[in-house]
Amino acid sequence: MGKKQKLILTIILLIGLFALSWFVNVEMDSYVRRIINLCLIYAIIGLSMNVTNGFTGQFALGQAGFMALGAYVVGVFTVPVKLRANVFYAVPMNPIIADIQLPVWAALIGGGILAALVAFLIGAPVLRLKGDYLAIATLGFSEIIRIVITNASSFTNGALGIKDIPTLNDTRYIFIATAITFIFISLLINSSYGRAFKAIREDEIAAEAMGIDLYKHKCLAFMISAFFAGIGGGLYAMLLGTVDPKNFLFTLTYNFLLIIVLGGMGSITGSMLGAIVVTAGLEYLRVFDEPLELFGVNIPLFRPGLRMVIFSILLMVCVLFWRHGIMGTKEFTWEGARAFIKHPLRVFGKKGVA
Amino acid sequence: MSVLRTDGITMQFGGVRAVSELKIEINEGEIVALIGPNGAGKTTVFNMITGVYKPTAGNILYTKQSGKEINITGKKPSDIAKLGIARTFQNIRLFKDLTVYENVLIAKHLHLKSDFFSAALHLPWYMKEESSHKKEVEELLKSVNLWDIREEKASSLPYGQQRRLEIVRALATSPKILLLDEPAAGMNPNETEDLTGFIQDIHDKFKLTVFMIEHHMDLVMGISDCIYVLDFGETIAKGTPEEIQSNERVIQAYLGVDEDA
Amino acid sequence: MEIFQTIANMTGAALAQHVANGISLGSLYALIAIGYTMVYGILLMINFAHGDIVMMACYFAYFGIAIFNLPWYVTVVVTVVLTALLGALIERTAYRPLRDAPKNSVLISAIGASFLLENLANYLFSGRPKRFPRIPILEQNLSFGGVQIQVISFVIPVVTIIGLLILLHVVNHTKTGMAMRAVSKDYEIARVMGINIDNVISVTFMLGSALAAIGAFMWGVKYPGITPMMGVMPGLKCFIAAVIGGIGNIKGAVLGGFILGMGEIMIVAFFPQLSGYRDAFAFVVLIVILFYKPTGLLGEKLMEKV
Repeated sequence: MGKKQKLILTIILLIGLFALSWFVNVEMDSYVRRIINLCLIYAIIGLSMNVTNGFTGQFALGQAGFMALGAYVVGVFTVPVKLRANVFYAVPMNPIIADIQLPVWAALIGGGILAALVAFLIGAPVLRLKGDYLAIATLGFSEIIRIVITNASSFTNGALGIKDIPTLNDTRYIFIATAITFIFISLLINSSYGRAFKAIREDEIAAEAMGIDLYKHKCLAFMISAFFAGIGGGLYAMLLGTVDPKNFLFTLTYNFLLIIVLGGMGSITGSMLGAIVVTAGLEYLRVFDEPLELFGVNIPLFRPGLRMVIFSILLMVCVLFWRHGIMGTKEFTWEGARAFIKHPLRVFGKKGVA
Repeated sequence: MSVLRTDGITMQFGGVRAVSELKIEINEGEIVALIGPNGAGKTTVFNMITGVYKPTAGNILYTKQSGKEINITGKKPSDIAKLGIARTFQNIRLFKDLTVYENVLIAKHLHLKSDFFSAALHLPWYMKEESSHKKEVEELLKSVNLWDIREEKASSLPYGQQRRLEIVRALATSPKILLLDEPAAGMNPNETEDLTGFIQDIHDKFKLTVFMIEHHMDLVMGISDCIYVLDFGETIAKGTPEEIQSNERVIQAYLGVDEDA
Repeated sequence: MEIFQTIANMTGAALAQHVANGISLGSLYALIAIGYTMVYGILLMINFAHGDIVMMACYFAYFGIAIFNLPWYVTVVVTVVLTALLGALIERTAYRPLRDAPKNSVLISAIGASFLLENLANYLFSGRPKRFPRIPILEQNLSFGGVQIQVISFVIPVVTIIGLLILLHVVNHTKTGMAMRAVSKDYEIARVMGINIDNVISVTFMLGSALAAIGAFMWGVKYPGITPMMGVMPGLKCFIAAVIGGIGNIKGAVLGGFILGMGEIMIVAFFPQLSGYRDAFAFVVLIVILFYKPTGLLGEKLMEKV
């Protein structure tokens, strides 16, 4: 298959998916659209986490914090100025920013940039740490970000959260954002830098011996990861219309961990598949939180909280028995798709390598 | 002309002195070997030169491509690699889950002139660079008969080919001096002979200076211009293969006496 | 400046109260930090679930006293036993199967175990805070020249020291302890020498969990609100305490625990306007330590063999 052929096929696929998103936007009801939009946003954030954890092998758990930064930049700067007094009723908004209102796309990118900058600052001390320490440190910083947001009331309205954010439930725009993210990261991973990231994952010491500056590259991966998590957070804020520090507990990061473990750490396609499974699962497992009646008998198992228990068990099962997830480190390719169409069952035979 | 020299480097790990005031000099185009019993401190010397450890005393001086001599003591491994010093490892450190091709291509990254965004967005001048890097990798792999298996995972290769791949990967960084840490470890006499020829070939073809740690004496005596013998962190002898082979102290400490003699 | 005002206004009684609180919190952090440091010393992994084990211990104690109406001293024993078993169970199901897997997998498993415990507690016990049962004898106030200090504030450091001494005795003067030290020095060699690795690891987890359970019980008396997420922040802080003291070093964990506990209380005492940021204190100290002495105050430098 020639390069040009594959490129044309990819463009056709993207156009097709965009048309699909248009269809969804017009035909589906608000609830379904919301779930699909959430799925796309989770895919963005899941992929951002995959850049550090999956491709560079750096176990960072800070996504919730970076999401929060992006969400709050959007929240703080896009609420129409005249509505702000109503939102910031307890502690008035800080006069420095009270009159600044940004267009949505600017706030979105601004949120991403802020997240990347914070990642750079955090990265300086933290990226020199070994695996486990990095996890705890990034977890800690995620919480610190949340604590600061909760306390800086004149900027963020503190624990009250921000409402009246202009909403975005338009699948087409969110699809475009998702597509841009996936395309950028695909290009990145298939570049010299992407290979350097993978080298760091495979063997840091050998990578360094081959001239790859460990700190610089880890920092790069970390900042990119934070940038897209910030964008995802901003989109999330616009989807909900409100933000609240409690939305961004570090346990939110576990959702994305499950997405990349399930989908395959080190697979871009896997992040999308994982996002679909996890978002759909989270939504449709809600049934477990409701009381269940079988033949008129109330089964006592089903009550609020069961959904997340099943979720956590799913994560454990995945990591214990299915470490490589759906895709392992493999990707969707046109050759692979053609092979699959010709011999669908061979896919199962080839397992066990990645 | 000297390529690499040390002026009395010492490595102290707490109470243990792994290397004592080592003075070595490696000249351009030479193949120099470092031999000695296990635990003598040989890999520690490599680690000091490549920046993994910082010597507790002493300096390491390297002559760049431009002819200027600089002090590389305590520099980061990645900076040292960029200066033209490449190495292999005692326990093979290939990028296991990546292909043969990727392993070698990654070694070209340090020569990348395009900035990050150009690379990430696949802008034309980056693509040109990548294309020329890929061509160099292709030539390199073809010249060592690894081109046909380039899509195989590095970990799936037989041991001998893995060693060869690690050397090729180091070569891809276009080094001035190549440090080989026990390249023939675990090889049988036939494989060692092949490897000896291989090292001689790449030395001639790429105008390399080679500094190697080895225990296989056929390899060492066969191609070395100069040999340093290390024991308990100290140099106990230096000379040509003939001189070393007849050196009493070396024989006692390391080479051993022929039982039939 | 405000702080001078605060210091001037603080009475001797208030200061004594703060010091007592600092010692108490420090001791509790120490007890929990020991569990992290022991597991890390042997398996080189962070037991993310350790903080949640503390939470489960509190619930065990709650159920023992409030639901099953056991006397509190019996409940302490039951809690310690149950928590130790829980710790061993987690090791057996979530960590042992992954012992030969890449490091990241164990980390994810630890996170998963932690997550599961939190959600399980939320499901079983509901998210609404429960009040740790009152134990009058421990809540009595003792007077020292105008200063009122609860009995529990004395009990905590005393119990902690006793627990620490017992642990140090086990580690340094028993065969099991020697096995533990051997495994933490060199895993493979210990195994080759005939030490039953599985048993040693189980014992390590059980000891760490038992100490954490004792800490949890005393925690419940001093800070009576129990929720499924209560173990999260203390867990993070106690791991940081272990790092500060030198990960793998038991005395270091205790030192780190006291530094964090006392520091946290004192910062809030002298800078009340920063009280919203009290949790951030531990992370700031972590960053400082990682910059200036990454191996911790009492730790040893580990050289990786290249």
